[in-house]
Amino acid sequence: MAVCEINGRRVDFTALGVEGEMPLLWALRDELDLKGTKYGCGIAQCGACTVHVDGEAVRSCAFPVAACGGKKIVTIEGLATSVNGAASKLTRIQAAWVKHQVPQCGYCQSGMIMAAEKLLRDKPKPTDADIDAAMSNICRCSTYVRVRAAIHDVAKSA
Amino acid sequence: MMKHHTLSRREFLQSGAAATAGLAVGFHLPTSQAQVAKSASMAGSAEINAWIHITPDNRVILKFARSEMGQGASTALPMLIAEELECDWSKVELSEAMYSEHIKRNRLYVTTATGGSRGTRDSQSYLRTAGATARVMLIEAAAKQWGVAAGECSAANSMITHAASGRSATFGSVAVAASQLKAPEKVALKEPKQWKLLGTAPPRVDIPDKVIGKPMYGIDVVRPNMVHAAIAQCPVFRGKLKSIDATSLAAVKKMKGVSDVLEMGEYVAVIGNNWWRCHQGIKALKLEWDVGANGNVSSASIKKYLQDGASKPAGVAKTVGDFDTVYAAAPIIHEAEYYAPYLDHAPLEPMNCTAEVKDGMVTIWVPTQSAEGSAAAAARAAGVAPDKVEVFRQQLGGGFGRRGGFQDFTRQAVELAMKVGKPVKLLWSREEDIQHGHYRPATVARVQGALDKDGKLVALMGRVAVQSILERVRPEALKKTPQGTLDPQGTVSFDDSAYAIANLRAEHFYATTHVPVGFWRAVAHAQNPVFRECFLDEIAAKAKRDPYAFRREMLMGTDDTSRRERGILDAVAKAADWSKPLPINQFRGIALQDSYGSHAASVVEIEKRADGKLKIKRVIIAVDPGHVAHADAARAQIEGCVIYGLTAALYGEITIKDGRVEQSNFNDYRMMKIGETPEVVAVLAPSGGFWGGMGEPPMAPLAPALLNAIFAATGVMHRSLPLSREGVTFA
Ligand code: FES
Ligand code: FES
Repeated sequence: MAVCEINGRRVDFTALGVEGEMPLLWALRDELDLKGTKYGCGIAQCGACTVHVDGEAVRSCAFPVAACGGKKIVTIEGLATSVNGAASKLTRIQAAWVKHQVPQCGYCQSGMIMAAEKLLRDKPKPTDADIDAAMSNICRCSTYVRVRAAIHDVAKSA
Repeated sequence: MMKHHTLSRREFLQSGAAATAGLAVGFHLPTSQAQVAKSASMAGSAEINAWIHITPDNRVILKFARSEMGQGASTALPMLIAEELECDWSKVELSEAMYSEHIKRNRLYVTTATGGSRGTRDSQSYLRTAGATARVMLIEAAAKQWGVAAGECSAANSMITHAASGRSATFGSVAVAASQLKAPEKVALKEPKQWKLLGTAPPRVDIPDKVIGKPMYGIDVVRPNMVHAAIAQCPVFRGKLKSIDATSLAAVKKMKGVSDVLEMGEYVAVIGNNWWRCHQGIKALKLEWDVGANGNVSSASIKKYLQDGASKPAGVAKTVGDFDTVYAAAPIIHEAEYYAPYLDHAPLEPMNCTAEVKDGMVTIWVPTQSAEGSAAAAARAAGVAPDKVEVFRQQLGGGFGRRGGFQDFTRQAVELAMKVGKPVKLLWSREEDIQHGHYRPATVARVQGALDKDGKLVALMGRVAVQSILERVRPEALKKTPQGTLDPQGTVSFDDSAYAIANLRAEHFYATTHVPVGFWRAVAHAQNPVFRECFLDEIAAKAKRDPYAFRREMLMGTDDTSRRERGILDAVAKAADWSKPLPINQFRGIALQDSYGSHAASVVEIEKRADGKLKIKRVIIAVDPGHVAHADAARAQIEGCVIYGLTAALYGEITIKDGRVEQSNFNDYRMMKIGETPEVVAVLAPSGGFWGGMGEPPMAPLAPALLNAIFAATGVMHRSLPLSREGVTFA
């Protein structure tokens, strides 16, 4: 039974008729209409599809619905609520992304932000090496310089 | 040498006369949940001119007609209007200019195309003029109401003030009256030193939605009754489907969520209720293709063909002096052959388009660099006139030239929508995206040069063997020469160099292969600068000349181009402290290249590690675009170009085997990541007097500066890209 919690709401994938082999990415996008999580490669290479599963940063294109049972899943849409407890606010990372004007096309940024949230939860003061290791997302527009600056900025005020 | 596209006042204001208060001209929000979400409500607004609507409660709504692909155009272009309009920037609202309106009202917005680093430089004149014209009309309307001379009134922050009497009025209170006035024939634009907004860096309007995952991209579109489509295209370009194995076809038709399998000639589509299910269907089909005559073509055979082309006389694009005679007699000569591979754009959002065909009308929702290009492709596919198409431009998850001139994805979506009879969202898999690109063409260049006894470059010949891109989109731009056809893009860097070289010849060998080529970021300026600027370092080394001084002495002319090229070369050398030696084991290279109306120069600093690996420490790029509209977006373009360009130089290659592309995804078409990103120093050095591009020019000098740095470090000039194939490894 693939019953899980997504952004605080109970979701029963079996009842919705979603097969267990379907990657979580496509269940989110095409079944639940949560479009913030993006498809970039489908083979766990780019990180555009990153979500949190029980607090871990997971590439949802390679994470089947069958593995979601009993898990708490957070996507970019539920991030601020899950962190702040109020839907209206940005997380401090999202705010830093705005302050540093990080996104260009923005397509990779949901995944970038989900990866950065996880990094800063684990390591509130990450080194450059920590950032390099945790942020393996591909940004074709190349916002890397600003991603690094924004993460350090958040860490500074932690 | 900059050409400004200027329109007569009548052309861009043709709508003004017809404006009526409260006319929310044909603008409507689509019902899909993913749409032009940013668009302001136009209800009750007065149209001062095509670009500017103002409501009675003083809301200023500006039209945005080009594409936002992360370059910041949706902020920078409205800034051009707002600067002259004197409206309160913090309260400006944006409204998407619709394609249908553009067509119905005789190309109201001039163009919707966004490419060639043209967004700002080609529209700045008519956008600033639109702002100034509207300001004059608003002031005139207020002055009339007050019975005072317009010349005594001024405008600022969306208010008109008559200082002598202390009266003031909001733009909104006089907007209706202003919209009924005759637009002035001539308006004066501000001097750049009077600018308050242009050149600054207000927060980009598109960013807040991009940090919360708002559905705004083409891939996010949802329509009532919509079905999804995944496709497989013939792996060998120009081939077509022969047959589908019957057993696999029957099995796929029974797969969960699959409603149809369509044979479409050069591709097969699986239609269904979830894209992943369609994609599973595509993977399960056993397809037999008729690959045509190109099943044996390989990268090696193409390279050999290009090398042959570059080894004999070809179409002469430019000749100055007498290269052959001077070269034959010179004391020092040098010759080199360079190679650059095919490259794919690979924007992170794969190609997609949603199409609906109903009652003779075609509607498309598409991330496009050209609404007009998309509409033309849709109209052709549906067999309707272009005015029977509506285009909802979506945010682009990257463009880089892929989503402009070649609209294969749009055509296919419309074909499928016609066949299915429902709205269809077509999404290419990443594999389709990489294997069916319109690639930066593979290129071979043969370069020869000669120095006189003082070590001065007196002769240069560049012969570039490359496919033509314009052949498919603008064949009228091709030139016939006694030696054959030539594409003027083929010989850039050689035929338009600012260097004073007394004897010069630029030739293009017009290559033809079955591999489709297109406009990859910086186009010919992605590879030709390597051929010129690396050759300069090679030949300078023969005379033991400093690469910076060697270039600079060829730029001593007093014309604008020489002055600007010299200026930007000096700017980058200064930022890099070129005159100071680097620490031990550190090396640097320099390069210069103008493109898209801007001047750019780069210094790349690398470190040679004990293990033989190289580390790119710092990349400095200086750009003189004349004027800068949005300073931070301009810097972001430099940062972006650095990684886009380094990714190509280090890893980028699309190779062909058995007529098809060998790479398929990011596992074998490698992208640079954050850990490989060097320090980037972005130097904006606008010298005024012209408007150049920003999205591509920073790329042009980057790769040669890197190769020149490696040459300085190792004594080896890697004349073939990417460096990974040359055995160069990076820390
Ligand atoms: S789409 Fe999942 S990692 Fe790229
Ligand atoms: S911002 Fe475009 S891919 Fe990262």
